[in-house]
Amino acid sequence: MISAVLSGFVFALIVLLAGKYVKGKMAVLTTLLPLGLFVYFISMLPAIAIGPLSFSSSWIPSMGINLDFKLDGLSMLFSLLITGIGTLVFTYASYYLKGHPYLDRFYCYLSLFMASMLGLVLADNVMLLFVFWELTSITSFFLIGFNNDDPVSRRNSLMALAVTGGGGFLLMTGFVLLGAMSGTYSIAAMLSSAEALKAHPWYGLLLFFVFAGAFTKSAQFPFHFWLPGAMKAPTPVSAYLHSATMVKAGVYLLARFTPVLGGHTYWNTTLLIVGGITMLYSAWHAIQRTDLKGILAYSTIAALGTLVFLLGAGTPAAMTAVAVFILVHALYKAALFLVAGILDHETGTRDVTVLRGLRKVMLPVAIAGLLAALSSAGVPLTFGFIGKDLIYEATLHTPAYGYILTGIAVLTNILVLYAGFQAGIRPFAGALPDGFKGVHLPEWRLWIPPLLLAALGLVYGILPMLTDASLVQPVVLSLGGGTPPPLKIWHGFNLVLLLSGVTLAGGCLLYFFRQPAGRFELALQRFDAMSPETLVVKSARGFAAFSGWYTNKLHNGNLRSYVHIIIIFVSGLLVYKLITGVHLYFDMRTNVARLTVYDITVFGIILVAIWKTVSTSSRITAVASMSVVGYCICILFVIYSAPDLAMTQFTIDTLTVVLFVLVLFRLPRFLRINDRKVIVRDSIIAGIFGILISIIALEVMNEPTNKETSRFYAENAYLAAKGKNVVNVMLVDFRGFDTLVEITVLIIAALGVYSLLKLRISSSEKE
Amino acid sequence: MKSVILRTASNYLLPLLLLFSVFILLRGHYNPGGGFVGGLIASIAFVLHAFANTLGNTRRLLRYPPGALIPVGLGIALLSGLAPVFVGKPFMTALWFSTPVPIIGLIGSPLFFDIGVYFVVIGITLTILFTISENIL
Repeated sequence: MISAVLSGFVFALIVLLAGKYVKGKMAVLTTLLPLGLFVYFISMLPAIAIGPLSFSSSWIPSMGINLDFKLDGLSMLFSLLITGIGTLVFTYASYYLKGHPYLDRFYCYLSLFMASMLGLVLADNVMLLFVFWELTSITSFFLIGFNNDDPVSRRNSLMALAVTGGGGFLLMTGFVLLGAMSGTYSIAAMLSSAEALKAHPWYGLLLFFVFAGAFTKSAQFPFHFWLPGAMKAPTPVSAYLHSATMVKAGVYLLARFTPVLGGHTYWNTTLLIVGGITMLYSAWHAIQRTDLKGILAYSTIAALGTLVFLLGAGTPAAMTAVAVFILVHALYKAALFLVAGILDHETGTRDVTVLRGLRKVMLPVAIAGLLAALSSAGVPLTFGFIGKDLIYEATLHTPAYGYILTGIAVLTNILVLYAGFQAGIRPFAGALPDGFKGVHLPEWRLWIPPLLLAALGLVYGILPMLTDASLVQPVVLSLGGGTPPPLKIWHGFNLVLLLSGVTLAGGCLLYFFRQPAGRFELALQRFDAMSPETLVVKSARGFAAFSGWYTNKLHNGNLRSYVHIIIIFVSGLLVYKLITGVHLYFDMRTNVARLTVYDITVFGIILVAIWKTVSTSSRITAVASMSVVGYCICILFVIYSAPDLAMTQFTIDTLTVVLFVLVLFRLPRFLRINDRKVIVRDSIIAGIFGILISIIALEVMNEPTNKETSRFYAENAYLAAKGKNVVNVMLVDFRGFDTLVEITVLIIAALGVYSLLKLRISSSEKE
Repeated sequence: MKSVILRTASNYLLPLLLLFSVFILLRGHYNPGGGFVGGLIASIAFVLHAFANTLGNTRRLLRYPPGALIPVGLGIALLSGLAPVFVGKPFMTALWFSTPVPIIGLIGSPLFFDIGVYFVVIGITLTILFTISENIL
């Protein structure tokens, strides 16, 4: 299982290295990877029907973070969708993006994304899941911004990353919280503490974080706005991201945690409300759009809303509906996206008000569009019909507000039907305009994938038992819904059938009497000022403006003001600390009597050096006097037996003086360039800071010291690390990793100095 | 700088100081010293030489730009940390030879780590100082 996940990452690397070949005729061969994985997962189907498969390998065992993978019904369904639709998308893209200069890069991103998605649905450890979760955000950022010379692409991919990444941070908090509450990071192990989790006082907080992650990823209201923007990606990517994978990750997360966290009022009510708002809102938006991809994007959000809504309903019937609807939606939505891509590719437009009569020139595409649209509408004998039946079945039998929920579902479905017809039927219906006479059927690599998907929707619709035992039942089982009754086409005459009829009739009436037009879209734009997207963008701009203002205030490029700010800030902190509970204590006998003649001598030298530093009028003398103070402190270290420290301090001091002299060499030799006011101000600040430091030093002497740490090192230095010099043992052994990082930081500093100065030299030479 | 005394002295001091810095480096595990201080002392030796004999001469003496020592040192430190991984122990576990060597004492991977730090410190210090003084003098 881990090799299945890793293969995508390895493959991405190979594609990059073999870029030249991938760009040519070999592009279609990239399909072999998802195809191979798809066959692999299909071969696991019989095993899954019996029970979940697990794989585990230790990663950071001391923190409970391990490479745990589990293949159960839910992950199986998703894995099949990811690899299956992946296969078709890989094939499709090999023609769709033929001759694109960055085709190799595209396949690299795409396989990275596929591998991340696979890892996400297979992971059984929340930390591992989170790693893949963020990877999908990052790789989808690459994919959405694939046409990176288009500023809109860049903006939208950034927006997608900002929204999903921001949710990701909250999700990580949620996962850490979950780990703390249940004592494990393993999802399988969390199942046993499900009841305890729900009774935990932090349960509400936990839900907030988990929902934040899921809702942003799955584009639930009010975080939905990034998804239509993500349509700037090449169409195969949109098909992949929005039908099967990325946006369903949030739904997957909620489904995965339904057995662990679900069943509580908070959980159900929130999901019902958010899902309900999302589905109605976006379905209504979908029918206002005229851009094919816009329509599909909003109807995707509606479908995601429906899924969240069903998870909120929480009954076993709802779980069955979730399992079926995920499959239904993936099949028809991917097909519709791919069809939209063909239309765009061949005619150069995606405007449904323009596209007409194309069935005459590309019949197979028209069939695919028609079948997919019918499935999305839920016409009998398509898989969509079964899915919709199950949705009504589930909403009708929800304990509370069943009729209201059903009403919302019916309304949404009517609107989704209209949107589906708009995208799948209208471009092919009617008479062919003259402008499209030259359009012809593209190569098979474009139209076979959508046709396959759409046909599968029909096959499953006629023979639902095909999916029953192998796919749907394991999914419902892993959602904690028990074993569902087998799927049936015919339930007899009942309320559900009536609702289906109402949906169909309503949708068809809407389709025949309402023409898509740009004016609807224009009408919507009036509300742009209060849309979530505008608000987010506005707040982001405000934040940027604030940071600009703040940076200009504090970082004005004047070194002297930096030093001021730092010292004043630290003084403020120290004063605060002094006011709130430091009791000063100074005892002549204990504090002064211990002074030796050495101390007093060194102290005297320091005083003289300070006086010289302040009073001299030459910079070089001032630096030299300062270095005397430094050396005196080194001598103090020697007296109080810290030879290591003293040695290092001596050498550092020497080098600092050298550095100072080098820097000051070019400056005027005399100090007296300040006016009196500045001198007074600086001396006040310096005086206050010095006094505070002295008080703190006195206070530190009074505090009882904790010697536990130093005793540990002293005792173990020779036993564990075979060294007698405790300081050195700490540096190279006990805290060796810190030292490694520290020297790395030093290297970065050196590189910074080097490049800054060299750059200045080379740029001044150019002038 | 035009002082003949300083120039002559620095010519004799350079090898002595370098020897001293190596001494400090090697005794670090048992007595005051170590890679960091050793590296600083070695840099001071070179800086002194540069003051007396001009920067160009010191650069010629070093043959390679001092920055080249940085990757060398970092590589040694990393390898010494990675060495235990090859015998199946966690990263940065100390490995020791069983018999002590005269003067130095026991030899183990921490010593090599220290040697890595030594080179990195020389590289960094000289890079910074040489760049700045080149820019100014």
